[in-house]
Amino acid sequence: MHYESPIREPLILEDKTYHEITEDIIRPIEGKANKHWWIFFSISLLTFLWGIGSITYTVSEGIGVWGLNKTVGWAWDITNFVWWVGIGHAGTLISAVLLLFRQKWRMSINRSAEAMTIFAVFQAGLFPIVHMGRPWLAYFVMPIPNELGTLWVNFNSPLLWDVFAISTYLSVSLVFWYIGLIPDFAMIRDRALTHKKIGKMTAKVYKILAFGWTGRAKDWQRFELVSLVLAGLATPLVLSVHTIVSFDFATSVIPGWHTTIFPPYFVAGAIFSGFAMVQTLLIIMRKVCNLEAYITLQHIELMNIIIMVTGSIVGTAYITELFVAYYSGVEYEQYAFLNRATGPYWWAYWSMMTCNVFSPQFMWSKKLRTNIMFTFILSIFVNIGMWFERFVIIVTSLHRDFLPSSWSMFSPTYVDLGVYLGTIGFFFVLFLLYSRTFPVIAQAELKSIVKSSGSQYKKDSHHE
Amino acid sequence: MANEKIYYSSIQELENNPVIQELTEKEFANEAPEENSVEESSTSRRDFLKFLGFSTAAATIASCETPIHKAIPYVNKPEEVVAGIANWYASSYYDGHDYASVLVKTREGRPISLKANKDASYGQGLSPRVMGSVLELYDSSRLQHPTKGGKDTDWKTVDAEISSKLKSIGGSNKIIVLLTSTIISPSVKAIIEKYKTTYSNFSHVSYDAVSYSAMLDANMDMFGKRVLPTYKFQDAEVIVSFGADFLQDWTENSQGKDYAMGRNPESGKMSKHYQFESNLSLTGSNADYRFPIKPSQQGLLLVNLYNLLAQKAGKATLSSTPSKLDAKLKAVAKELWAAKGKSLVVAGGNDKNIHLIVNAINELLSNYGSTIDLDNASYLRQGNDASVNALVADMKAGKVGALLMENTNPVYTLGNGAEFASLLSKVSLTVSFALRADETAALCNYVLPNNHYLETWGDVQPTTNYVGLIQPTISPLFNTRQFSVSLLALLGEQVDAYEYLNSFWKENLLNGRSWNQTLHNGFVTVTSEVVESTETESTEDSEETMNSTVDLNTVANQLKSMSKAGSGFELTLYTKSGIGNGSHANNPWLQELPDPVSKATWDNYLTVNLSDAKELGLENYMVSNGGINGALVTLTVNGVTMKDVPVMVQPGQAIGTLGLAVGYGRTASGDCGDGKGVNAYPLYKNFSLTSKGASIEKTEDATDGYEFALTQVASTAMDRSEVIKETTLEAFIADPKAGTDKIFLETHKGKKHVEKVSLWQEFERDVHFWNLSIDLTKCTGCAACVVACHAENNVPVVGKEEVRVGRDMHWLRIDRYYSSDTTKENTPTDGLGDVIDLYLNMEKPSEKPEVVFQPVMCQHCNHAPCENVCPVAATSHSKEGLNHMAYNRCIGTRYCANNCPYKVRRFNWFQYSGNEKFPYNMNDELGRMVLNPDVVVRSRGVMEKCSMCIHMIQKTKLEAKKAGRQVADEDAQTACSLACDTGAMVFGDVMNSSHEVAELKDSPRAYHMLEQLNTQPSVVYHTKVRNK
Repeated sequence: MHYESPIREPLILEDKTYHEITEDIIRPIEGKANKHWWIFFSISLLTFLWGIGSITYTVSEGIGVWGLNKTVGWAWDITNFVWWVGIGHAGTLISAVLLLFRQKWRMSINRSAEAMTIFAVFQAGLFPIVHMGRPWLAYFVMPIPNELGTLWVNFNSPLLWDVFAISTYLSVSLVFWYIGLIPDFAMIRDRALTHKKIGKMTAKVYKILAFGWTGRAKDWQRFELVSLVLAGLATPLVLSVHTIVSFDFATSVIPGWHTTIFPPYFVAGAIFSGFAMVQTLLIIMRKVCNLEAYITLQHIELMNIIIMVTGSIVGTAYITELFVAYYSGVEYEQYAFLNRATGPYWWAYWSMMTCNVFSPQFMWSKKLRTNIMFTFILSIFVNIGMWFERFVIIVTSLHRDFLPSSWSMFSPTYVDLGVYLGTIGFFFVLFLLYSRTFPVIAQAELKSIVKSSGSQYKKDSHHE
Repeated sequence: MANEKIYYSSIQELENNPVIQELTEKEFANEAPEENSVEESSTSRRDFLKFLGFSTAAATIASCETPIHKAIPYVNKPEEVVAGIANWYASSYYDGHDYASVLVKTREGRPISLKANKDASYGQGLSPRVMGSVLELYDSSRLQHPTKGGKDTDWKTVDAEISSKLKSIGGSNKIIVLLTSTIISPSVKAIIEKYKTTYSNFSHVSYDAVSYSAMLDANMDMFGKRVLPTYKFQDAEVIVSFGADFLQDWTENSQGKDYAMGRNPESGKMSKHYQFESNLSLTGSNADYRFPIKPSQQGLLLVNLYNLLAQKAGKATLSSTPSKLDAKLKAVAKELWAAKGKSLVVAGGNDKNIHLIVNAINELLSNYGSTIDLDNASYLRQGNDASVNALVADMKAGKVGALLMENTNPVYTLGNGAEFASLLSKVSLTVSFALRADETAALCNYVLPNNHYLETWGDVQPTTNYVGLIQPTISPLFNTRQFSVSLLALLGEQVDAYEYLNSFWKENLLNGRSWNQTLHNGFVTVTSEVVESTETESTEDSEETMNSTVDLNTVANQLKSMSKAGSGFELTLYTKSGIGNGSHANNPWLQELPDPVSKATWDNYLTVNLSDAKELGLENYMVSNGGINGALVTLTVNGVTMKDVPVMVQPGQAIGTLGLAVGYGRTASGDCGDGKGVNAYPLYKNFSLTSKGASIEKTEDATDGYEFALTQVASTAMDRSEVIKETTLEAFIADPKAGTDKIFLETHKGKKHVEKVSLWQEFERDVHFWNLSIDLTKCTGCAACVVACHAENNVPVVGKEEVRVGRDMHWLRIDRYYSSDTTKENTPTDGLGDVIDLYLNMEKPSEKPEVVFQPVMCQHCNHAPCENVCPVAATSHSKEGLNHMAYNRCIGTRYCANNCPYKVRRFNWFQYSGNEKFPYNMNDELGRMVLNPDVVVRSRGVMEKCSMCIHMIQKTKLEAKKAGRQVADEDAQTACSLACDTGAMVFGDVMNSSHEVAELKDSPRAYHMLEQLNTQPSVVYHTKVRNK
């Protein structure tokens, strides 16, 4: 048991006991969904279905149903891809990096943040496949030994690096998430035996998922060790995934893409957007699932500080880009940035600037960063801003590059919109299902700090 | 007594071997398998089910195979056809307007493309229309049977009915008229002569849709010959053109080649070209000095130029008034006079007075006999406006009993086409020999469909000294019959086309030469017109002396009065390089060919000057998908009103003038050509291409504007000198490297050229290294290469909607850049605001721009940005300096296209072949016959681009290998370099130091586009030199 200074704010409020925590976390799993859940789920499902329709249409007709052209070969597809990958950054950062840094506050948010990560990476992974002209040949990107010998993938291509980066990230995140879930699944399994509130079949599923967890000291010891090892593995991935995604652009020759600052800039942006998405989801979830005692104002404030810091890094990166373009003396580079800010897509650029650079600065004020409504609105702003960042990078760089003869514009079609909204629908379908079937807070871990950071303990230690 | 014979099958049987006995008693020699053996067998019931399942699945999978299109082998293979090997046949192309001496490439009996017949002494310029003509052969909307009253019938019926009608009309007091476009075929002319002798009331009227009658008449008046001269642009040191678009569409197609021959900065011999015109034509775009003028001023300027020259020659001047451009004219006159005998003044339009003055000017400059050749006359234009007018008058008067029409569509092309259509019903017998049921043919009693020229036996005499042969390269696809045979059949002579031509040539042209050899060569040279029309009263006196009947003073006075300012706009009609006079409107290749200057496809439009447009509130603006929209106007010219004419704001258009292309707005050309653009022929009154007093009024209710489909929307090169390099002749002579600035980098080893500083390893080189050299000075932007590339590489046509959103598939495009008034040099910037303004202003083209054309195809970079980003290595490098594209490996990520700095990669957004949403030639069984079997048709989702015609390179290499020799210099060609008659594109092996391209690559003018990227392209450009 580690010592925690009594003047630190408690991480668990309302004097929760171990049993109360169990009750709170298992309530959505044992209970029935309310009307709001169903409404929200139906909307998400419909959007998802629209997305499936749009993807089916794209695959059957050709990429021509999108708004792309000979000059702008990527637009919403890769914008969405990078956006989702970016969102998928917070989970691993929270669970792995904060674990290594022994930030106990991560315990009430890491489960959902990781779930969000995995679901976001699912969405992200869809785009590189759907955006292919011939997605049925997507397996060509795998280095599969074949009878042709020389027919091999091109290890020079950043797109190939993406394939490995994303798939590694997804599998490590998935394993990490699942390992963390095992004691909680075991708890559900055990309660199913005693309380009989869960159907038999479902209980069986939980039993399998619990992976024979018995709660012995040896189990716990191994659990701790695996968590630590996985955290060590996942930490570099947090940095590598978006670094590699940024290589898609940084290694190209297109002005506005060919920028060495991209890896750190993209990683900061990803953390920025990931935390914003965590905020968006958790602010709703803590309300709907009555988790205010666990996801406290302190959690929200801490995340806001991260948003403010990473937002400032992103802002600095934007300004550095502008400065380097000016200082390089390269005309094409200069024009690319001038065109971003003043060309036909100025509105996208300034939306990005407003949302990503200016708005996080409000977080310097303690009053604002502890205001839940404000945080929620701001998190939406950041999500929008980060989408625009990728749009600005991709479309405004491509639409006017070297040869003026090929200058062009991009305008999305309904199918573009359908595919994008479809992934948002898919994401929420997964997240809503998760919120009703998974323990949304890592209760086993959380219980380990009840006696150090719980409000009851803090009060007790005051009295002493 | 029975001597029983014993039959035995073996000695053992005869000997009663017990084993045999035992065996014969049994039904089967071996034991049948018994129950227990099944149990013993290793094949269990489960195995049986496995086998059953497997074989069922295998059979099912086998039947799922994609449908196989079987190739049917020849039963009797023709000796000369070898599958996979192309045959080339010499032939000639003439459609009443364009002429070319061609070699037709056939594969397995199908003509699939054309190239110039380099041995021919005339007609080597293949315009885009000529290049595209092969596609029209495979047009399934052509007429497939003779028709009577719109219904299919057979040849016997039509022949019998028409000839009997002709006989009865021949005996009446009504006349029989044969209305054709210009006929240059001696053998057909001979048949027409036969008609003249058979029917005393027969007459032949020549009618060019776009008339050159005034020019012919002027020559008749002055020289006694109703012909056009041939020009020698290569010998002219100063060329002054008044509205003649001789590089695109004037009297001959070969003028571009001659012009480029005279513009060679390396040799120091470079003509100086002045252009006075109202529309910005292709020729004007190439001019060294261009002056936008109103068409009405053309005459006055010519008179003033005449006077300036007459003063120098010490001859009498004509009465005139000063014009605004007199100072410029003075300089022009000075140059012309200095180049006396080596200059050329030409004019467009159909005004006899103008051509009389032009002739007189050339006379003053003693250009006749040097740059203008009347002895070797051109017969490509013979139309006579007066005869056509007389015909219409006769039809009105009911004098015409029979009207036969060949290769002409007066209902569509005549200024009073509607009237002509109504008059057709007054003629009792109307016969058309059209290829398709066009506007005129649809109204005729009979249509006797002609063969396409690739199915025809025929001959041509484009100039006095040249007679060419037309030979068929395929049997007629439909139940059609060539014009000459039809004509003879109507005279009651049933002849075979080949027999007729053969005997005609034996009689008139062969002069003991071998027919087969002549046919192989495709032409003979002669000294006079083979068959002279009996109506043309040519005077024997061909001395080029001024005919005294021409009074230049009257001419000058008329021109002077013409130049008086009128109210309203002045309209000039013109033809586009793709569609021309409209007869090829159903050719999707030509429809999708961008206009060389405006870059618009599938459309015609009213071109308006920028200031005029501003005044009238007309603008071209870009919408969010990158398409350009324009305003719609109602155009009124001399009482003719045309509604909803789209407006294109055109830099270089003279103030107060309008331009509109004819050839569009067809209603019976076929699905592809119908309803594209507006029909401008109703404005073509009295065969005058120009008219005064035009007014335009903006259509206010057109909220969204008219949607254009441009392949290039930006106007200027944004002052990017790494893209376009240009200089002046003077600077070039002083320093051959002028304008061709190279970028150097500071390195630890001192200053190094940017292409010498690299992190990359060089690719290994083999025995060949292919380079393509493109000289921007010689390139006129004619776009013949674009169509040639289209044909050679099975490039799909995508249609107007797709072109509009930037999805044209051209592997080879010609970028056109206008100059801007704002350059980085002339605009000092102080602060960010100025810089923003500078770039915005650089986007705007000058009102009087200089123009550069730059053909761009895959640059085949040796450090290719596309190659290293493809995740599946579908695009990779060859040892021969080429960038390959493996279509079946491509998964379509488009990363390569994004990373291509030249944006030459084209993505198959949809399935373009066999998809009814793209109803062009690739969605038609017949239309697909034009496809080149050497080049794969790409499926959707695949990236494609210029391959540098690798199939042609491969063929060349294989042929050399078979013959056991080195690849010869001129053997290796690409479709574009073959099509380039100006010599701007030269392709070859730079490892072969004797090859022209090896030298060109190291020329001081040579540069790589965007060299700062160090992509090391295999395409080399040469700085544009203007003679200034």
